[in-house]
Amino acid sequence: MFDKHEIALSVKNLNVDYGDFRALENISLEIPARQITAIIGPSGCGKSTFLRCFNRMNDLVPTARVTGEVLFYGQNIYDSKVNPVEVRRHIGMVFQKPNPFPKSIYENVAYGARINGYKGNMDELVERSLRAAALWDEVKDDLKKSALALSGGQQQRLCIARAIAVEPQVILMDEPASALDPIATLKIEELMQELKKDYTIVIVTHNMQQAARVSDYTAMMMLSKEGSRAGTVIEFGPTPQIFTSPRDRRTEDYITGRFG
Amino acid sequence: MLRKTFETELQQVKDNVLFLGSLVEQAILDSVEALKKRDMDASRRIMEADREINARRFAIENQVMVLIATQQPMAHDLRLLASILEIAGELERMGDYAKGIAKINILMGEQPLLKPLIDLPRMAQKDADMLHRALTAFLDEDVETARAIPQEDDEVDALYNQIYRELITFILQDPTTIERANWLLWAAHNLERVADRVTNICERTIFIATGEMAELDGAANGEENA
Ligand SMILES: Nc1ncnc2c1ncn2[C@@H]1O[C@H](COP(=O)(O)OP(=O)(O)O)[C@@H](O)[C@H]1O
Ligand SMILES: [Mg+2]
Repeated sequence: MFDKHEIALSVKNLNVDYGDFRALENISLEIPARQITAIIGPSGCGKSTFLRCFNRMNDLVPTARVTGEVLFYGQNIYDSKVNPVEVRRHIGMVFQKPNPFPKSIYENVAYGARINGYKGNMDELVERSLRAAALWDEVKDDLKKSALALSGGQQQRLCIARAIAVEPQVILMDEPASALDPIATLKIEELMQELKKDYTIVIVTHNMQQAARVSDYTAMMMLSKEGSRAGTVIEFGPTPQIFTSPRDRRTEDYITGRFG
Repeated sequence: MLRKTFETELQQVKDNVLFLGSLVEQAILDSVEALKKRDMDASRRIMEADREINARRFAIENQVMVLIATQQPMAHDLRLLASILEIAGELERMGDYAKGIAKINILMGEQPLLKPLIDLPRMAQKDADMLHRALTAFLDEDVETARAIPQEDDEVDALYNQIYRELITFILQDPTTIERANWLLWAAHNLERVADRVTNICERTIFIATGEMAELDGAANGEENA
């Protein structure tokens, strides 16, 4: 599908079970590098579960069991020799609700890098990350101020700066703007366009207009069949095609609002 | 299902397109009939009625833009609304062709027709018939019919070429007929263009139904035919 793009992540026959409940079934797709891929679908269809598979966050859920493969530039991140902490250094995550630490703005950004034993100039790293997250100009004189004093939109950009500071290759975002007002949302969307020059971005969003605006590729998820509770990807393609001429009837019904 | 209001509004826009289409269809037939009978009053009424066609086209555009802004249509709905903008434009231009023919009748003043009109009314009838079926295909999203109609453009082209040759013969025999021949040629040209625009409507119908943007025969080569 993407002759022009390198493939960053390749998912093969992925299943996820929570105990004896199958949440994801038989997903295979490829995520192009330095592009924005959106995952859309009705709530409860497994978008967050799927996103968490990309950096082994499901390992932190005791009942979750992942089978199949997720190749990161060819390396299976579920291989027993692979350290999940290392995976998360390369593939960072930004959550729905901004979750800064109750520390200074500076410390929030420096934190991850410090844990990873960053040896370079920390001031420079903090500035570079805040600039990349389009937050520097707003906070440069208040770096010692508590992160909790920032607005919701600023907190979310701070979390993006924190993710960037450990120099990942992929940034996963789970509904990163759903708790934000329209202006703050727009800022995050603009920021994503900047970030994709250097990072591969996968975003879960329940806002279809947002997916249509920001992403290059769109994966449509849905429960795999009538009566089943297992989600799967039913259609994946270039975003303009998905939103103007989807091939799957269920995608059509969902994006035109005739689903349900 | 969901989105009842939106569905209703979509249906209303489609009805408005159909109504606009019927005005245009009538204007085409009337304009040639008025020319044939040299009925100046009828031609003036047709020119006047073109204002309503223009106004209705703007009203449809406005309605579509409000729906796009407020409903964020996707997929089929988006293709439908984008195509309606296009189709309303095509209809409005067809109305201009009818108005053009009405104007020719008025410009001819007291001069008699160069010859009794036979092929021009046939062209107008064929245009109106194609337009009518094209709009029905649009309403039903009938891809098969939408593909078939543009093939009939050949008949319109054939009538046009026939008229063209006949009028040239008049001019060659008697150069003083040039102005009167030219008026009729212009009317024929307008009718030939109507059929090309019907083809464009059929292309939109296929796009609405399938998402496929295809160029059908008869549309692109309109200008060269003239
Ligand atoms: N930690 C968990 N334990 C058990 N079931 C879960 C857990 N997380 C999610 N699920 C279930 O998996 C399904 C998919 O959830 P989720 O991935 O959050 O969907 P989405 O993000 O599309 O709303 C839901 O039925 C949800 O209840
Ligand atoms: Mg979720």
